[in-house]
Order: sequence, then C-alpha cells, then structure tokens
Amino acid sequence: MSELTHLTLAQARDALRSKKISATELTKAHLNAMEKARLLNCYITETPELALDQARQSDARLAEGNAGPLEGLPIGVKDLYCTKGVRTTAASRILDHFTPTYESTVSSNLMRDGAISLGKLNLDEFAMGSSNETSAFGPVVSPWRRRSDPEAKIVPGGSSGGSSAAVAAHLCLAATATDTGGSIRQPAAFTGTVGIKPTYGRCSRWGIVAFASSLDQAGPITRTVRDAAIMLRSMAGHDAKDTTSVDLPVSDYEKAVGQSVKGRRIGVPKEYRIEGMSPEILQFWDQGVAWLKDAGAEIVEISLPHTKYALPTYYIIAPAEASSNLARYDGVRYGLREAGRDIADMYEKTRAKGFGSEVRRRIMIGTYVLSAGYYDAYYVRAQKVRSLIKQDFDLAFAAGVDAVLTPATPSTAFAQGEQGSNDPVEMYLNDVFTVTVNMAGLPGIAVPGGCAANGLPLGLQLIGRPFEEETLFALASAIEQAAPKIEYPKPWWA
Amino acid sequence: MSVDPSVVRRIAHLSRIAVDDNEVSRLNGEINAILSFVETLSSVNVEGVEPIASVLPMQMKKRPDVVTDGGIADDILVNAPAREDHYFVVPKVIE
Repeated sequence: MSELTHLTLAQARDALRSKKISATELTKAHLNAMEKARLLNCYITETPELALDQARQSDARLAEGNAGPLEGLPIGVKDLYCTKGVRTTAASRILDHFTPTYESTVSSNLMRDGAISLGKLNLDEFAMGSSNETSAFGPVVSPWRRRSDPEAKIVPGGSSGGSSAAVAAHLCLAATATDTGGSIRQPAAFTGTVGIKPTYGRCSRWGIVAFASSLDQAGPITRTVRDAAIMLRSMAGHDAKDTTSVDLPVSDYEKAVGQSVKGRRIGVPKEYRIEGMSPEILQFWDQGVAWLKDAGAEIVEISLPHTKYALPTYYIIAPAEASSNLARYDGVRYGLREAGRDIADMYEKTRAKGFGSEVRRRIMIGTYVLSAGYYDAYYVRAQKVRSLIKQDFDLAFAAGVDAVLTPATPSTAFAQGEQGSNDPVEMYLNDVFTVTVNMAGLPGIAVPGGCAANGLPLGLQLIGRPFEEETLFALASAIEQAAPKIEYPKPWWA
Repeated sequence: MSVDPSVVRRIAHLSRIAVDDNEVSRLNGEINAILSFVETLSSVNVEGVEPIASVLPMQMKKRPDVVTDGGIADDILVNAPAREDHYFVVPKVIE
C-alpha cells in the first residue's frame, strides 16, 4: 500500500488513466497512512467517508472515459479554504464549530477536475505564523529530523505547515496552501517540497478565510515541480465572485516543465545578502546560481534597494488589513460567543477567548496603525514604501531580467519553541526573502535544492514577472534536475 | 514611537478585545518591539511617491446592479451561536 502514497501526482494520474490502479485503492492507501501519522498532527479534520465516496465516483468516471485532469487524485486542503458541509476552522477557536454552506472557488475548481479531498490541513491560526505553532489545534510536527538531535520536534514552517508536512510525509499527493508573506514558500523550503505563490489575481480568493486581502494568494504544495504545475492549472482562473481575480486564460503549465532555460536572464539581488546570514545559505545560493548557469541561463547582479524595508512594511500593512478582516468575528453570525453584560462586553470577551495571542497582537497593531493620528505616519507611509518595493522589481524586469533567484529562507527549519517566544520579531524574520514578492504581487516558487549539514532541507526561491508562472516552472525544473534528489524521511512516526 | 499601558488599553478596546492587567504589560512590550522594528520606515524618502492602490494595473470590474443571490436565510443563520426564526439574537442594545 505504501508504494501508492509514494507516487508523484503525475505518476498517480498516469497510473489511474492506464487503469493500473484505482482511485479507491489510492485513496485507501492515503487514509491508512494518515491514520498512522496522527502524531504529526497534519490534519485538523479527516474526511475518510467523503473521500471514499468521491473515489468511487472517480472510478466510475475513469471507467466511462470522462475523467477530469485530476480525476481520482487524493489531496489535502488547508483549513483556511471553506468547504461545503465540512468544518472549517482557520485553526482558530473562534471558528471551532463553523461549517460552511458553500465551497471556496479554488477547492471547487479542484473537485470539478476530479480531485479527492482527504481532509482539512492544520495551519497557523488565521495563517498568522511561520512555524505552525500558533494553531489552536496544536503544532504540526515535521517529518524531518535534525541529524544531531533526532528527538527535537522540528517545525514544518508556516502558515501552511499542515500542507507542507502532509506532502513531505506522503499523507496526500498534493495540498492546497495560501501565501500572504511566505506561507507557501517558507513551509515548502522547510520540508523539501515545492510551493508556488502565483501572481496576485491568478487564483480566486473567494471562500478562503481572509487575512490580508491585498496580499493573500492561493497556491499548491507538492513533491515535484511538475505536480505544482498540474495543480496550479486547476486552481487558477477567473472568478466573478472575486473582483481582484484576473480574466486571463490559464496556461497548460505542465508544458513549461523541462523546457530549456537557455538565454534566460536571472537576476541575483545583492541586497539579499543580509547581515548575519549563515555561510551555508550563501554557499547554497551560489550553488543555485551555478545550476542555472550550467543550464544555459545568464546571471546578472541586480539591485532591489528597498528590500530591507519590505518586512517592516509588511508588519504594518498585513496587520492593518487583518484588523479590518477579522472584525467580522463578533460572536453574532458564526463561531464562538462568550456571554457579556452588554453587547460590547460580549464582543470583547468573545474575541479575547476566541483568538490566540499572535492573532490578538496583530489585530491590535493593525488597529493602532489605522487609528486617528497614526494613520498617515504608519499606514499611508507603508503604502508609499510598498510602491517603492514594487518599483524595484519593475525596474529590474524592465532592464531585461526574466526572473530573480534568492534563497527561500534565511535558515533551515528550527525546533518547536526555539523562535519568537521572547520577541515576536524573531519569528517574523523567517519571511525576509519571501515577503517582497507579496508586496509586489509577483509569482514566486520555492524549490528544494538539497539538505544542509544538519540534515534538514534547503530551498531556493525564483521570483517572476506578473503572470509568467511558466518561466518559473521551467527554471524550477532546471534546478530540480540539477539538485541532489530529496530523500523524504522514512516514516518514523508510523 | 512607543506606546504606554493606557494606549494599550485603548487599542484593545478599539479592537474589541478584553485584556487583563498581566496581558497589558506583556502586550505593551511586544507592541513596542514591533513598533521599533517598523521605525526604520521613517528614514525612507517617500516624497512624491503615491501610496500603492493595487499591485497590478487593474480596472475595478463592474456588473449590472441586479439581484443575483438571496432566499438563503437558513444557510446564513445555520452557524449563528444564537438565533430565533430568521433573526440573529444579540444582548439587549436599547434600554
């Protein structure tokens, strides 16, 4: 059975089409693996009956010869996506008993194409975190272990930590995720998986619990670049229900995988060589440059002068938008309610009990920077700096750069409790290389490039021009071919 | 800029989040750490720079002003913590 969970999404698709395997046996193999992996805490809600029901329908469609592009492929869905009739929590107590009566556009696109949902994946509460430790349902444990200290529980990154860990532990063929400041790419880098945040507007945000609406984008986490391309094709597309979703045709991204990258111009931004960066990460980045050079790409040094302001800008804009979006959790329409002596007291007690400390902190920061007297000094100024950050990329692309290569994260994964317990800013620094991409609305992909001396995976990030995801798939697959193959951990948890 | 405990209480109230005394002092430190982290933005020259409105040059889409949805009161109320018929129930707001 375990062999079935070790297929890539593309291999499973081909095996289903050629009738070598059935959707039902493929689904059962994954449900079985999930049952043995509860220690990792990847899933908040498992939906085995629904999955087997969908598998039977997929098998019928495969037999009839009218299979969709993802027919019969079991995936996991981040519990930030509203799913009709299936509890959706955003990993928060405030939504503990929330069961949507509708399906998010992206997950419904995946189901339309025949994908099977195995359940809802754990995440940082409301997608606010970089280690999955802020989840009200407990942290996710990465399948990866440190060589020197195998007992330490390693974090899978965040916020899409359930997605990245489940994919790396073979508990689904692929997973949906979301990215507001790095929440797809950082967990992908921490777990040796591939994660792409597409261009802002490429995927509909409708039905995905909102965090920071001008930054949020959906995307997949998978074990190969090809699988990410297959997933994104189904997830992307115009949706009248999201006014920021773009009415542009969706390409067959899989065709870009393996395409030559000869003559592509790759920018290497000097500002990403930040102070205190480990020599190992710098060396790894140089290795990535060498791989693309060997594949025929041209390497140029570029300057993105406002890089160092991206993270501070993010920590004004994202909390500001979050404080507004999360105002809806008031104990009236859905979710938790705590009794109070009047309506304001009811709101305050409900929100104090329902939100975890990181979420409360971000709502308060956001409220402060939007409040009278501080709005111009913080929020408007941050929106201006955001224009400058975007302009840096515009200028680089105008000068002929096709994509930018950076490390995905400033370090490998850490262990639970090691970061951010005294100073929240320490945890925020995880997103230093990824957050610029959200600020500028660009597509970014994280692709594994091997393992560090501590035995944990390292990821490279490629940043592309708006709506040129195909370029990223071509370049990422060149790195995937050149890099040492990722050996995912043996199931010590089973 | 930094905040003091009275400002922390005011922000908490504006955010409609109840805080106790222990939390106020912890939050005070955390909020000041974040404010000092973002302080660096005051050194950026933003003269003549427009605040970003949209990352992509997109025109806000319009649609005909017609009813496209409705008649789903049961769906809307199904997750409410307190409801009566087709109403959300809240604590008394008018004496």
